[in-house]
Amino acid sequence: MDKMPKWADVVLIPLISLLLAAVLSALVILGIGEDPVAAVNLMVSGALGSTYGWGYTLYYATNFLFTGLAVSVAFHARLFNIGGEGQAMLGGLGVAIMCLYIDWPHWSLALIFASLGAALFGAAWASIPAYLQAKRGSHIVITTIMFNFIAAAVLNYVLVNLMRPEGSMDPATARFPETVHLPSLHEILAPIGIEFSKAAPANVSFIVALVACVAVWLLIWRTKLGYEIRAYGNSEHGALYAGISPVKITIIAMLISGGLAGMMATNNVMGEAERLVLNSTEGAGFIGIAVALMGRSHPFGVFLAAILFGFLYQGGAELALWTSIPRELIVVIQALVILFTGALDNMVRSPLEKLFLAMRREKA
Amino acid sequence: MTVMKSLMGAVAAVALSAGAALAEPALIFDLGGKFDKSFNEAAFTGAQRWAEETGNSFREIELQSEAQREQALRRFAEAGANPIVMAGFAFGDALGQVAGDYPDTSFVIIDMVVDAPNVRSVVFNEHEGSYLVGMLAAKASKSGTVGFIGGMDIPLIRKFACGYAEGVKAVNPDATVIANMTGTTPAAWNDPVKGSELTKAQISQGADVVYAAAGGTGVGVLQTAADEGILSIGVDSNQNHLHPGKVLTSMLKRVDNAVFEAFQDGPGLETGFSVMGLSNGGVGFAVDDNNAPLITAEMQAAADEAATKIATGEIKVHDYMSDDSCPALSF
Repeated sequence: MDKMPKWADVVLIPLISLLLAAVLSALVILGIGEDPVAAVNLMVSGALGSTYGWGYTLYYATNFLFTGLAVSVAFHARLFNIGGEGQAMLGGLGVAIMCLYIDWPHWSLALIFASLGAALFGAAWASIPAYLQAKRGSHIVITTIMFNFIAAAVLNYVLVNLMRPEGSMDPATARFPETVHLPSLHEILAPIGIEFSKAAPANVSFIVALVACVAVWLLIWRTKLGYEIRAYGNSEHGALYAGISPVKITIIAMLISGGLAGMMATNNVMGEAERLVLNSTEGAGFIGIAVALMGRSHPFGVFLAAILFGFLYQGGAELALWTSIPRELIVVIQALVILFTGALDNMVRSPLEKLFLAMRREKA
Repeated sequence: MTVMKSLMGAVAAVALSAGAALAEPALIFDLGGKFDKSFNEAAFTGAQRWAEETGNSFREIELQSEAQREQALRRFAEAGANPIVMAGFAFGDALGQVAGDYPDTSFVIIDMVVDAPNVRSVVFNEHEGSYLVGMLAAKASKSGTVGFIGGMDIPLIRKFACGYAEGVKAVNPDATVIANMTGTTPAAWNDPVKGSELTKAQISQGADVVYAAAGGTGVGVLQTAADEGILSIGVDSNQNHLHPGKVLTSMLKRVDNAVFEAFQDGPGLETGFSVMGLSNGGVGFAVDDNNAPLITAEMQAAADEAATKIATGEIKVHDYMSDDSCPALSF
């Protein structure tokens, strides 16, 4: 029996959580002597009030879409992949290798193969923890988080010693050639008469991310493999009894998850920076966990949550630019939202469930 | 609906006021943060001094992420901030992309050369200042072994180390210079714990003066040196006051002057290549009440003499970045 109606689960809980986070953030802003209403106005206008703001919001959202989907797929198999960060870093390496060492005639071809490269590197990075979990029972949470550090070290080594151009001080690769430049939303929308900000980094990979959303939905709810993943996630023993191999599902789910996380690099490395820098992922792998939790591991929920976090990132940047709210406090505000929507989910859920049960009992 | 409309109206008003209020200069700090007691703080000091002297205000932002480099540049440029000053070589790539799009805005980049008609590139002769503090270190050292702790291992920091080593060897050709780098990533600019460990390691090898050219990491170096009873040398800003009587001197890199001048020159400032060295007061060493007892008249005279000779070209200090090698030190 469902404890409460579906709409309450999908809409009400996230909304209440957000509200709580907003109230606390407002108190924090008040506490340092700034005006919370003006701050919210600035965040909204800065992130959603212009095509420029939307361009940045969607750029960040694209990152979170990929990592959120990655975490979601693993969630369905009851695997907690917190290695999205490292997988996305390695995905960046895949993109950089594809873009720098192969001469592409057109960006579309480059995008396809860069996506493949990114997915391949991300999946490869996820495959080791997957194997250890499936065959050796090493806990995936521990191994994936350790692999984040190893990924950072590997990237560091590669950038400093192998891929840094001669004479450069930045630990970063050379700039990718002009031919692999991904069209930005400005360039895509201009021919159909929509004026979109030229400066914003949102690019064609946002569309790739939307396609990935649909693909994940099809995979999880419309294919045999998706059924097996969900069955395994809901009951390992039941799945085993039904002839589903836990080893196979663990490894496949993690490969898909790692591949999706890796594909994030098409956005931040290929679309925005157009070169591979250290720390290009900037925590998007971890935000992906919050996005997946908030989106209830459903691609549409992930989409909405990714937009929300994109808004928080871009709005936070605007706050940093135009107010004297220090950057540490902007991180605090972002953290409060993550805390309430991700970690403190049950704080809102259980009173709400009791409320709905009580209401139902009264009716009966 | 009316609520929605008035909300949108308010939003638009805020957006407009945020955009129109700007005709002031802007300063962008690097990821190390504004109050690193070193490089970024020097830039802030210069801007602050300008604001106090002229009574004008300026815009500033501390970056949170790599993606914000270009974003901050574009936002300030579009809002009319002019000139826009950025502290740190890491802005080079972003500025190269952005400068052409805003031909009417003047940009100033410190520690990096960007070739564009509206960019002033300010570089410092850190090797010259380091040479002088190297001389002082050698004169103050009793063990004949001195240390150097760099931040991120990049040619720029090796330039500091090389000048320092040459200065040490000029006073005492038999002296040993131990050089260590904190790391190979930007995180090395802000790792005081590692700085402290490296200092202890150098002390165990006999060093009794250490020179930190490591941004925020240097705070750990200076602290440990003071705790262990040896002398240290600060960098960029005057850090003598951090541990009075324990910091031998500080190699001044007048980032504050560079920022001050840029703000003073205002929009349309003279662009191109600008070198700040000993000859024009761009680098030097700090003597104040905190370290006066440590610097004897003889040390001061020797360093001053060398400074004049470097300024006139009589002494040539090797610049590591000119040929990626150092005659006085191997890395």
